[in-house]
Amino acid sequence: MTSLPAPSAKKLGLVIDLDTCVGCQACATNCKEWNTSGHMAPLPDHHPYSAGVEGVWFNRVHSYEAGDGEDGRTVHFPRSCLHCETPACVTVCPTGASYKRAEDGIVLVNTDICIGCQLCAWACPYGAREFDEDQGVMKKCTLCVDRIYNEHIPEERRVPACVSTCPANARHFGDLGDPDSDVSKLVAERGGMELMPELGYKPVNRYLPPRRAPKPDAGPPKDAGPLPSQITNPLLRWVDKVLSR
Amino acid sequence: MNPAPSIIFFTVASGAGYGLLFWMGLLRPLGLVPQTAGFGVLTVGIALALTMLGLLSSTAHLGRPERAWRALSQWRSSWLSREGICAIATFAPAGLFFLALAGQSEWLALPTGLLAAAGAAVTVWCTGMIYASLPTIRQWHHPLVAPGYLLFGAFSGAALLATLAAFWGAAMAPAAIAAVLGAVAFVLKRAYWASVDAGPPLATMETATGLGFIGKVRVLDPPHTETNYLLREMAFRIGRVHAAKLRRIASVAGFAVPAALLLLALLTGGAFAGVFAVAAAALVTVGLLAERWLMFAEATHTVALYYGAGEHAP
Repeated sequence: MTSLPAPSAKKLGLVIDLDTCVGCQACATNCKEWNTSGHMAPLPDHHPYSAGVEGVWFNRVHSYEAGDGEDGRTVHFPRSCLHCETPACVTVCPTGASYKRAEDGIVLVNTDICIGCQLCAWACPYGAREFDEDQGVMKKCTLCVDRIYNEHIPEERRVPACVSTCPANARHFGDLGDPDSDVSKLVAERGGMELMPELGYKPVNRYLPPRRAPKPDAGPPKDAGPLPSQITNPLLRWVDKVLSR
Repeated sequence: MNPAPSIIFFTVASGAGYGLLFWMGLLRPLGLVPQTAGFGVLTVGIALALTMLGLLSSTAHLGRPERAWRALSQWRSSWLSREGICAIATFAPAGLFFLALAGQSEWLALPTGLLAAAGAAVTVWCTGMIYASLPTIRQWHHPLVAPGYLLFGAFSGAALLATLAAFWGAAMAPAAIAAVLGAVAFVLKRAYWASVDAGPPLATMETATGLGFIGKVRVLDPPHTETNYLLREMAFRIGRVHAAKLRRIASVAGFAVPAALLLLALLTGGAFAGVFAVAAAALVTVGLLAERWLMFAEATHTVALYYGAGEHAP
């Protein structure tokens, strides 16, 4: 059923720290690795070893420059499904293949009944859905539904693949519907952002903004002193060089 | 947006087919089109063929066409599902209308014709709403989009009906209707273009990334070195350079000139009317193909912002 369920108390999602993400692509790689044999497997790869390489990825890491001059900075920006509270990708689906889980808010595709009309990809503002041309069906991030509830793997590994692999600890997984969860506290503390809130999709995932660079402490002006070339005595010049290290 | 030929052909063909069915169902009881069995069978036959070809063509866009029947289940939320249901439901009265005309059964032709006309209008409205209901594409999420689909379908259907009726020497009513609709279509499309050209973007790279508080956002590195599905489908850029020319083709050659030709057909009558009406119908087809191509090629999707689409915006 593509009508949306009543809003769930539990809203599982990701919190991505744009301050600490180093753009290493490990999350994208581990996502691909897990999901190509997971819930929506396999994920196509066309021309993997030649020109024209492309395939389906649930997580793509962009790099941007924001601002100018001293205030400008480079920001690495992982983009994946935000598991919106009002996802039009679900309501436009004519078959019921696209659905939002009532129990935890995860947005999934039932690839057994998807007809591959691709209307959901048009309806998603964030580019979270990619078409599998081999199987003729739509695929998307599952929030690693086959990991997070998987009792066959150790409890500490029951987080999405992208979260488990992030070396900078820039990705956090949890219940954003619970104000006392670690992720909700992180969002409250750091001012977690919604992407494109003006479109009204109410994304669950949040992005933590890059921290502002601290203004360099001006302090008292340093005594400039003479340049090395202005010191004529070779011994003193050597002492100045050593002490300047 | 990527202008997929299957969708362009589908919406133009089925729009004309439903338009033809609509006017036939409505004008025949009023005695404004030829009442013979031959005319009825030919006209409704062409309408049914166009809508069926259109629907078949639309399944070519599906990844799994053999599962197309599943699209009929989610009418509560999905305009695409509603379109499918209305299209199939309309075949029932339209098919009976066809049989009634073939068998010269007047008591059956009236209600089935009117029901088919209603079904045709609702189906085309659903088609328009599929596009108009998407909040991600500002050129589609516009109040003139669904009325436009309805109007262009009605216009091309009326032009087609006038052409067919001209062979029976009775093109007056459909030609007059088509001439008026062509003029209205010209005005509506011009107003739509003026409105979307002046409209603000739905979102910006700054709101898409949340980084606006730092300053202007620029792409440093894309996430992949080659193209992908998102770029091919939703960041279509080829051919927009010809947009101005294509707009002129669509609005002048597709709407204004055919309207004038149909007016000439009204004034001259006889064999000339047939020539003018045929020329008008041919031009409408070309114009609507251009209009529908532009509808996709000029549409911008918010996902393109992540790839720098908003970077050079003023």
